[in-house]
Amino acid sequence: MAAAGPSVFLLMVNGQVESAQFPEYDDLYCKYCFVYGQDWAPTAGLEEGISQITSKSQDVRQALVWNFPIDVTFKSTNPYGWPQIVLSVYGPDVFGNDVVRGYGAVHLPFSPGRHKRTIPMFVPESTSKLQKFTSWFMGRRPEYTDPKVVAQGEGREVTRVRSQGFVTLLFNVVTKDMRKLGYDTGPSDTQGVSGPSPPPGLPL
Amino acid sequence: MVSENPHLGNQPEPLQEDSDTRPLSMTTRRGPRSLPPIPSASRTGFAEFSMRERMREKLQAARSKAESTLLQEIPTPRPRRLQSPGEKELETEFGAEPGEEAQKTQQEDDSQSRSRVKFRDSVRKIKTKPPVPPGFPSAEEAYNFFTFNFDPEPEESEEKPKAKNRDGTTQEEEEGEEEEPPVQGIHKTDEQLLISATEAEAFLWGLDHAAADFVAVRPADYESAHVRLQMEKELLFVPSRLTVPTYKKLPENVQPRYLEDEGLYIGTRPDVPRTCQNIMENRLLTQEPGRRWFGDDGRIVALPNPIKPFPSRPPVLTQEQDFRAELETLYKKAVKYVHRSQHMIGSGDSPGNFQLDIDISGLIFTHHPCFSREHVLAAKLAQLYDQYLARHQRNKAKFLTDKLQALRNAVQTGLNPAKTHKSLDTTQKTINEYKSEIRQTRKLRDAEQEKDRMLLKTIIKVWKEMKSLREFQRFTNTPLKLVLRKEKVDQKADEEAYEAEIQAEISELLEEHMEEHEQKMEAYRAAYQQWKAWKKAQRAKKKKKKQAVEEHPEEEMGEPYPEEDLVKPVPPEPTDRALMEHQVRERAARSRRRPGEPLLVPELSLAGSVTPNEQCPRVEVLRREDVKRRSIYLKVIFNDKEVSRTDSRPLGADFRVHFGQIFNLQIFNWPESLTLQVYETVGHSGTTLLAEVFLPIPETTIVTGRAPIEEVEFSSNQHVTLDHEGVGSGMPFSFEADGSNQLILMTSGKVSNSVAWAIGENGIPLIPPLSQQNIGFRSALKRADAISSIGTSGLTDLKKLAKWAAESKLDPNDPNNAPLMQLISVATSGESYVPDFFRLEQLQQEFNFVSDEELNRSKRFRLLCLRSQEVPEFRNYKQIPAYDREIMEKVFQDYEKRLRDRNVIETKDHIDPHRAMVAKYLQQVRESVINRFLIAKHHFLLSDLIVEEEVPNISILGLSLFKLAEQKRPLRPRRKGRKKVTAQNLSDGDIKVLVNIIRAYDIPVRKPTASKFQQPSRSSRTFSEKHAASPTTHSPTHSADYPLGQVLVRPFVEVSFQRTICHTTTAEGPNPSWNEELELPFRAPNGDYSTSSLQSVKDDVFINIFDEVLYDVLEDDRERGSGIHTRIERHWLGCVKIPFSTIYFQAKIDGTFKIDIPPVLLGYSKERSMIIERGFDSVRSLSEGSYITLFITMEPQLVPGESVREKFDSQEDEKLLQATEKFQAECALKFPHRQCLTTVTDISGKTVFITRYLKPLNPPQELLEACPNNPQATAELVARYVSLIPFLPDTVSFAGICDLWSTSDQFLDLLAGDEEEHAVLLCNYFLSLGKKAWLVMGSAIPEGPTAYVLTREQSHYLIWNPCSGHFYGQFDTFCPLKSVGCLIGPDNIWFNIQRHDSPLRINFDVTKPKLWKSFFSRNLLYPGLSSVQPEELIYQRTDKAAAAELQDRIEKILKEKIMDWRPRHLTRWNRYCTSALRHFLPLLERSRGEDVEDDHRGELLKQLGDYRFSGFPLHMPYSELKPLIEAVYSTGVHNIDVPNVEFALAVYIHPYPKNVLSVWIYVASLIRNR
Repeated sequence: MAAAGPSVFLLMVNGQVESAQFPEYDDLYCKYCFVYGQDWAPTAGLEEGISQITSKSQDVRQALVWNFPIDVTFKSTNPYGWPQIVLSVYGPDVFGNDVVRGYGAVHLPFSPGRHKRTIPMFVPESTSKLQKFTSWFMGRRPEYTDPKVVAQGEGREVTRVRSQGFVTLLFNVVTKDMRKLGYDTGPSDTQGVSGPSPPPGLPL
Repeated sequence: MVSENPHLGNQPEPLQEDSDTRPLSMTTRRGPRSLPPIPSASRTGFAEFSMRERMREKLQAARSKAESTLLQEIPTPRPRRLQSPGEKELETEFGAEPGEEAQKTQQEDDSQSRSRVKFRDSVRKIKTKPPVPPGFPSAEEAYNFFTFNFDPEPEESEEKPKAKNRDGTTQEEEEGEEEEPPVQGIHKTDEQLLISATEAEAFLWGLDHAAADFVAVRPADYESAHVRLQMEKELLFVPSRLTVPTYKKLPENVQPRYLEDEGLYIGTRPDVPRTCQNIMENRLLTQEPGRRWFGDDGRIVALPNPIKPFPSRPPVLTQEQDFRAELETLYKKAVKYVHRSQHMIGSGDSPGNFQLDIDISGLIFTHHPCFSREHVLAAKLAQLYDQYLARHQRNKAKFLTDKLQALRNAVQTGLNPAKTHKSLDTTQKTINEYKSEIRQTRKLRDAEQEKDRMLLKTIIKVWKEMKSLREFQRFTNTPLKLVLRKEKVDQKADEEAYEAEIQAEISELLEEHMEEHEQKMEAYRAAYQQWKAWKKAQRAKKKKKKQAVEEHPEEEMGEPYPEEDLVKPVPPEPTDRALMEHQVRERAARSRRRPGEPLLVPELSLAGSVTPNEQCPRVEVLRREDVKRRSIYLKVIFNDKEVSRTDSRPLGADFRVHFGQIFNLQIFNWPESLTLQVYETVGHSGTTLLAEVFLPIPETTIVTGRAPIEEVEFSSNQHVTLDHEGVGSGMPFSFEADGSNQLILMTSGKVSNSVAWAIGENGIPLIPPLSQQNIGFRSALKRADAISSIGTSGLTDLKKLAKWAAESKLDPNDPNNAPLMQLISVATSGESYVPDFFRLEQLQQEFNFVSDEELNRSKRFRLLCLRSQEVPEFRNYKQIPAYDREIMEKVFQDYEKRLRDRNVIETKDHIDPHRAMVAKYLQQVRESVINRFLIAKHHFLLSDLIVEEEVPNISILGLSLFKLAEQKRPLRPRRKGRKKVTAQNLSDGDIKVLVNIIRAYDIPVRKPTASKFQQPSRSSRTFSEKHAASPTTHSPTHSADYPLGQVLVRPFVEVSFQRTICHTTTAEGPNPSWNEELELPFRAPNGDYSTSSLQSVKDDVFINIFDEVLYDVLEDDRERGSGIHTRIERHWLGCVKIPFSTIYFQAKIDGTFKIDIPPVLLGYSKERSMIIERGFDSVRSLSEGSYITLFITMEPQLVPGESVREKFDSQEDEKLLQATEKFQAECALKFPHRQCLTTVTDISGKTVFITRYLKPLNPPQELLEACPNNPQATAELVARYVSLIPFLPDTVSFAGICDLWSTSDQFLDLLAGDEEEHAVLLCNYFLSLGKKAWLVMGSAIPEGPTAYVLTREQSHYLIWNPCSGHFYGQFDTFCPLKSVGCLIGPDNIWFNIQRHDSPLRINFDVTKPKLWKSFFSRNLLYPGLSSVQPEELIYQRTDKAAAAELQDRIEKILKEKIMDWRPRHLTRWNRYCTSALRHFLPLLERSRGEDVEDDHRGELLKQLGDYRFSGFPLHMPYSELKPLIEAVYSTGVHNIDVPNVEFALAVYIHPYPKNVLSVWIYVASLIRNR
């Protein structure tokens, strides 16, 4: 069947949530999940993950390193709704309450190969100064009802956010049968099957 | 230099070479200097040298070397720079003294120039190299390779300083020249070096090259910031921000020329900040052709509007014709737009009430038969004066004079040869144009001036005539008075101006004539030449002819004279200056004010007095009388129909009529014509039509309030002769005494009016849509506002317009004409084609990669489209296949079927056609409502996206502080709420429905088979004694029948949900206790776990109670000792049905429910076994029936979707709405959990005050007549009727939206509704029956928030469940109503402010304000709100035949279903039993399922004595077939698999009025006893 012509293509992603830069916060952990369209289905690997708590490094970089692996494989019939990884970072505040430190999302890379992504992270803002104070005091910061909100555009206009820091991700992407289904995502030499040859007579 | 080090260290050869080089280089310098040599010279020499050999060996090596040399090249300026401050070193380095003083003066330039020098010599090297070494082309290539980079730079660096500082240009150039010689010198050394290198080559040849040759080890390069800055300065150019002096921007010796001063229109320049302009100018100046960017006035050339007037699309390659064809208008068949409101009941007002306002302010006669002679003159005078005023206002003469002046100035400047910078040709051309324009303008001006003068003269003449007439007739009729005001002028200045003007004119004329003369002379000369030639030819010909005639005499005959005789031209006469001056002066005298003559300004006033009647002669008095008798009115004719007329008004002595009336015409279509008819009435005789006035239909932009008053002239051709002073109409008359100079005047006048479109209440102009054919033209006109802007609407032909514009010589720069000019320029410019139509996305076609048909044919595309449109069938379609071929056609079948069925009412599915119709209607209402709310669903609030704690108030803060002091582990832990789960990230199997079955009471017990032939005595317990208040009297008569310890019943509970079945273990006895938890998985439809989808789940949880009966089937008695053969049979006893939506919204359901037990359970009886459960009796005795205690919940708990809180528009009074809000807020503050309802949404989506729903409504007459003497029975019957209307929760029909209340007639039409509709109808019936009834809003089990009906009987209150028809006493413990929020009556709302809300513990006396807070009170009186309910309900008798047919069909279908459910067994039907059952059902209906059990059973037993029989009748309201099938299925009758089982099934439908059907299904299974 596969030889006859595939009906799905596969996207295999592994990599890791490498590290983060949150200049003001320490002892953070992160969660990830994937948001993908209706035509996508995970076939292997974990769709969600929660990392260990990491503390800042003692050096000047002050990096928060998780090295939290991601390994997931999707199959799909349609590039629409390409998977996005949604990250949310949490950590304790002054009073020790677990509060959210950042949300961020990025599409998985389209082309095969090794990709490094740095995502800016943000958190929703309180609606008023008083709210801000109380939420700080009570340790209940405003949060998204669902972290997956950050991967969609609808309804974002009602929120205000503040940038917090960065998370660096590393992806190794392998695709299968994309080209056979007519989706050309990478440079031609990385694809096993060559496409139609260029028409003769063109100046090279 | 650095690179030399390794060579020095490693090999002697380079050293030698170096020593070779050094003396050479030293020769150019002065004195031996170790530091630094000229790096470029020595280095390049070396590089060249080494390169040469390498190129022969290895190209690779050469390349790397070139790179390294390249690298070395970069830092070379550094050593120099370091030295540069020191002047001495400078000297030594260059050895070029002449440049010294220049360097002294300019340090900065110095460094630049030096680096330039460096660059230059490298360039020079490239240039000079080719001829020098003929034998080493490869070395040259290598040079090219690494010096190439610097190629562009020297030019730049050379350019820049020059451009930057113009003052320094010359200086620098000198410098450059001075610096040239050293470079030459260096170059020479280079050559020599090369030669020496060649000599050395032989020596070098045999040596192998170590790695050190290729690898240069040297310290890291460093460039100081200063150096980098310097380099950047060379490369970068920073334009100054200072203003550029004008002279720089213009060509030398040219004065700036300002066109504005010359009277030409200059558009406003786009607003650009001054600094930006300066920067731009500086930048432009440094560029080569920079000056062409500057205009005559020294500013950057700028268009007033940077936007191009017409689109500049790239030309389309296809043929022009095709391109047009693509854009042409396509005519498509009109698509009927289905208006949304169509599905709504009674909403939407009829469209198309448009209004045209016609304001008729008055009428003025410019001539009337009753005019006296004086009036005629007065009218003339007035007219002339008006004309004068108009002319004066326009003041064209002045304008033309100014223009003339400006043109003359322009010619003057243009003629000045010193200033011309354009080519002579164009100047001459423009001057010629100017001149011709001057000529035109002058003529025009003269004409205008003459006209002005003539007008003034005429005015004066008429006034004089009038004065003489007044004098002559010795009375005055008109108050007109003309005053001529003189304005003094400065005679001298005036005279000068006059003379200057004449002189200018003369000179121009002269020039003109000269030109003309010149031309004529030219023409004359040419003509003369021609003539001469002709003459010659003629002569020659004549000669020839003479010969020819001699030779060929006949030839002459056929040849006519080809040329006519040319007349000898006359030379033109030169013009005479004197003559011309005379002409000019004459004309000036005629048309112009003489110098020194005062300016005459006429002023017309009405200051004069009219001679009173007594002093007038008789004829005049007669005329005046006649005028008084006349009156005028106007008729308004719209589309040739009279629509209204004005009042009749008398004609005034001044022949003015004032109406001042506005007519509002309500119209539907675009008007075709609008006419006013002027009628005159004389005395009491008839009226005559004087004239018709045609009014233009206003443009759509003219609306009331903005329309100007316009005067429309009219005239009539009637002939009137009068026997008095009046001049009549159409009759000749004369002012002269002798009757000469006759005048004929026709009746004429002006109507002042305005026509405009009215503006509706909401500010929308009430203009009918431009749909008719003739409107296209008008709207096209409107769009081309360019034309209307100049006030000549009606010109549509653009070509003509362009012609007209060219002829009239519009000033193209005048802003008034700008839109017109643009239009013309677009229209006439050949390449841009202006379509007369408009396209959105006109480029779309070009981007389409396949045709639309092909795209539509693609199944995959269609699927994707449908999914993105959220069509229910496809909303959750996952993994749309990648190829069309993988998509099955059947995917679309359901959807297409639904689309097809939308308008086709199919009666196959729904047995009853009316219900089918209703179902369709309901579907449509649902769709429309859902569509309306779809947008709202995509509207997010902050709370939808972000969880944020609310700001705590003091009490919460206090509580939380208090909590800190709380014990960490309290002894009595409080229950914490479960965490709720949002229904987004759920999938199949995540949700479970947990059903905890605790116990049951009063399960029917088996009747001993022994009593089968015994006529059963009547049960002691009568079902009619239901009233809770009534005491129960019964005796345990039958309990003695049972042997002690015998198992009466072995019940178990089976829960079925979504066809998943779970059951408990079997318990024993009529009051079993199970205490078991059953877990049922939940699957959402289509795997969609969104809130809206969950809300629309229609599935029910069936809790069935069965009796497990064991039969001994052992045939052979001998085996009894060794084996047990029993068959388990289960007999259905009753069921409880709980809709999933209730569970979903309630989160948990906890309580004791009445089991729905069929009225007749064959083989079972509800007997008391008092002995066993005496203890409970006191409680139970209050009610009857069986009960089950349940606890149902979902795991995990789901967050129920919130209904959309949207503010609907309302027709209620604003004050009332505010009051409702206030009331609700107050109530919510006190008792947040009690339901308080004041306004509800009706089916068309409008907010309605709730009491409007309550109004006495007549129940069907049939029910009233059934038991006329028993009001209680009637009430029960009515309640039953209401309960027979099918129940359909709003939350299901309008998933996730809101509660819609339909009125009772809508409810009866739809035959579906939820608790509110049932309760409203029941309450209305009770009100009509004369009961005191209220709507109770509260919560009940299992419905949750719901509506019940409360009635007040003589001494007690009854609570009615409108959906089941049952009623309960106030103190009935099993009353499902658990809390009361508010009571609603027809005229008030009472909110429960008592401590408790359980009906058992509250007082229903609403008159007590301490217990009930009323909405309308003394503060807010009941305003007497009208009801939304109809006056009365009309009931149609249901067609009995249709019911019977339906009955048969249901029976057939059910039988088929039962056979289907038993696929492995044979299903036999017992006809005898079926007919017997069919016979019973009507009896059951008549007795409403009560009181019949025992008779019935006896009857059956008699007939089917030898069968073991189990069966029961089911009773349901009829809505559709599916619930019936479900109900039969849930009883599990079909599950019996005894081989010889037979079945019986009978259906009976009892029709009630208005298609309310009561369905009885009797199912039974029979097993023959052996």
